Amino acid sequence: MAGTIVIKKPKRTLADQSYVVEITKGLGVTLKHFFKNFGQMVTGTRPDVTKFNYEDGVATLQYPEEKKPYPRRFRGVHRLTKRSNGEARCTACLMCSTACPAQCIFIKPGEYPEGHPSRGHERYAVEFVIDELRCIFCGFCVEACPVDAIRMDTGIHMTALDNRADFIFDKEKLMSFPSQDGDFETSNTRVEPGDKAHHGITREQGH
Amino acid sequence: METGATFWIASAVKVIAIVLGLVNLGALLLWVERRQSAMIQDRMGPNRANLQIGGLNIRAAGLLHSAADGIKMLWKEDFTPPGADKFLYHLAPVISLVPPLCLFAVIPFGPSVYWANRAQVFGSEAWNTTTGFIPLQIAMPDSGILVVFALASSGVLGAALAGSSSDNKFSLMGGLRAASQMVSYEVTMGFSVVGAFMVYQTVRLEQMVQWQVDHAWGIFTQPLAFLLFFTAAVAETKRVPFDAPEGESEIVAGYFTEYQPMKMGMFALGELVEVMTSSALLTTIFLGGWQFPFLKLDGFHLEMFGVAKPILMSHLTVVVISAITFALKVAILALLQMQIRWTLPRFRYDQIMKLGWRILLPLSLGNILVTGIVLLFING
Ligand code: SF4
Ligand code: SF4
Repeated sequence: MAGTIVIKKPKRTLADQSYVVEITKGLGVTLKHFFKNFGQMVTGTRPDVTKFNYEDGVATLQYPEEKKPYPRRFRGVHRLTKRSNGEARCTACLMCSTACPAQCIFIKPGEYPEGHPSRGHERYAVEFVIDELRCIFCGFCVEACPVDAIRMDTGIHMTALDNRADFIFDKEKLMSFPSQDGDFETSNTRVEPGDKAHHGITREQGH
Repeated sequence: METGATFWIASAVKVIAIVLGLVNLGALLLWVERRQSAMIQDRMGPNRANLQIGGLNIRAAGLLHSAADGIKMLWKEDFTPPGADKFLYHLAPVISLVPPLCLFAVIPFGPSVYWANRAQVFGSEAWNTTTGFIPLQIAMPDSGILVVFALASSGVLGAALAGSSSDNKFSLMGGLRAASQMVSYEVTMGFSVVGAFMVYQTVRLEQMVQWQVDHAWGIFTQPLAFLLFFTAAVAETKRVPFDAPEGESEIVAGYFTEYQPMKMGMFALGELVEVMTSSALLTTIFLGGWQFPFLKLDGFHLEMFGVAKPILMSHLTVVVISAITFALKVAILALLQMQIRWTLPRFRYDQIMKLGWRILLPLSLGNILVTGIVLLFING
């Protein structure tokens, strides 16, 4: 028939059909892997699995003795960033706790005392608690924060702890983690009330 | 052979050594299998079972996993399915473990140890003496390899009984597959060694080894039979590529689906012991048994390589070297079986049957025919 493509069945030789040759070839492949990997294990020359490489060899990562470094933007344990005077940046706006799908952020807001330059402009968090056990590490809180007060750039992998109470991280604890670069603040500038660049509008004045 | 007290003491020592050795080697083989398969598949394999003594952590390259498995199996619930045939259900694992262990009784794992008639050892009368030596073999029945076949074929009962008594359809399927597969390959196994009998003119295993020591290894006189026997032996152990009876992707775990840890462990151990006994059989029948190449009863004979004088050794040294040689040959064959297990995929059930009846059986019959004709010409 015109246009018909006839695909020929591949010819099978006696060697193919006896299966012995092919089995031997297969054994060759597995033996090659075996001796190569065995040799590498015994002499301790197996490729470094903590790096990204495509070399042949045992690919098992012996966690936790061996760890792959996390990428820079890995979402680790939260930290509360600090102002230049060492106080928390958080203004207790509750954006993060509202955005949190796991509802694991608890914030108790408080007013600054009378006479404090920030009074009327913003509040501060009297308590700031994240239940790291409920957190799903989605990063929504970081996205939501208008003043870059909460970040997940510590690079710390949340480990298993012995009891549930240990997973409740309070404000003090959250402020004790530095970023991967060892920084407790952030590179974003902050304009304090009273600064020249500050808009000067208080909450009482409305927007 | 000695009689009386010496005989009984020697036999008891041999039996205990063999049984303990085999069972422990089975556990070792489990470790070998795990780590070997890991190396083949670019993995690390289990290596974290840890024995903590004080501040010392002993991992022993994962060897402790076999021990940990044993402990785990002992402490797991032992549940008998309510619909099972209690007697047969409990009997089956025993039947599948004991025959491969017993099978080792007739396999010579070294040359006889002489202490009397030393003069005869190196004379032509050596193998006809009746006293003054201990054979490194538990039993030397006249029926020889026929005992092996009788025991090997009773192994099928274990799988078949397990399948039929556990009141589970998957078990039943597995039992049926195991029974038909083992019976089919038993035939090939039997026929493939007939050629070897014809060459060796004996069915006694120790005499087969002696023939190979005097003439040539069976693998050279009966290469096809070696291949056929090897295939059939692998099929007998019910391991990949012949593991249709327990094909986990089709019938859960086959005939031991309903078995709980310790009994399942007995099946697994039986399988590993079978690997060793089949390797030992292959060594004995085709690879010259305990013979180290060019090692005669009084030392090395290397006339072939232009060394005129034999390198003489004491009788005991020769015995020890021979026994180690036997162990090494068995180990190499067992490792080869492991390697095959991790190289090939599982055959389909009909392919197993086709291979057994339509290919291996005619080949083994042809081998007998050709061997017969050749022997006829040689012997005139
Ligand atoms: S990362 Fe997601 S779940 Fe965790 S605290 Fe932030 S918003 Fe909540
Ligand atoms: S969104 Fe930022 S400023 Fe607002 S409460 Fe959360 S951490 Fe504090």
